[in-house]
Amino acid sequence: MSDFTLPEDKAGRLERCALFYSDIVPHNHALGLKLLDIGDAEATVELPYADFLVGNPETGVIAGGAVTTLIDAACGSAVILKLNRIQPLVTLDLRIDYLRPARPHVPLIAVAECYRSTRQIAFVRALVHQGDKSNPVASAQGTFMRLEE
Amino acid sequence: MSDAKSPSALAELVHHVRKTREYGQLTDAIPYTRFMGIGVENLAGEMLCRMRYTPKLIGNSFIPALHGGTLGALLESSAIFELLLQAETPRVPKVISLTVDFLRSGKAQDTFARAFITRQGRRVANVRVEAWQDDRTRPIASAHALFLLAEP
Repeated sequence: MSDFTLPEDKAGRLERCALFYSDIVPHNHALGLKLLDIGDAEATVELPYADFLVGNPETGVIAGGAVTTLIDAACGSAVILKLNRIQPLVTLDLRIDYLRPARPHVPLIAVAECYRSTRQIAFVRALVHQGDKSNPVASAQGTFMRLEE
Repeated sequence: MSDAKSPSALAELVHHVRKTREYGQLTDAIPYTRFMGIGVENLAGEMLCRMRYTPKLIGNSFIPALHGGTLGALLESSAIFELLLQAETPRVPKVISLTVDFLRSGKAQDTFARAFITRQGRRVANVRVEAWQDDRTRPIASAHALFLLAEP
């Protein structure tokens, strides 16, 4: 099963994890999610602004559901990076605090960090911002479970 | 609805839909619910949300299973429509926080959701929501959410 272990170099790891956004996960692709950057146990994912994602047609603000998907995807990638191998995961729970309204016509960027993993469970926190990390739109906390292979 | 400059257009539509129960007019006016195939239906006198299955909702192609984010979206939409249409909130409620428990994997089929307002105050409402597919007694996801209803 060594095929599923992530490469050691950053470019290789990024390329492998980016498959979750281009090919493997249809809904990530449908929303236009892009993996921008990775760390040892951190993933930065962008949700580009698009008219079909608008939740409030009067303000043009993106729907909360799309933000939830962005966070779930970024958190999942952070877990994969922490575990250092591509493996099936399920989200157990996800809590999102909406800290301030998102601005329309500006991409949303999620930065997720897997700060602890055990044999079965991984713990992740994430922030969503629009260019200024010190002024986040949302913060989130999630737990994931590794599936038996 | 396309007149974004009129702040009352959405409120007027909500008011209209409350009376006519033509829920499709409201969900069609919101680009994201239209994209996700999320609609409001009155089934046996009960207001439910349905997310119609399409392949673009898939998160794991191998199982296949719905993306967790799509279930979060359905649960949150269901809570908002419950507040707009049943609790008759004066404006679109703003979500403060949302906690989703993922209970079972979502199969490649339609998913239903029902929201219950636990408490509605002047400023804040607490809502819980459950989502299921074939069997309502076996929910696939549940959520509780807090909403801000009005500015002070």
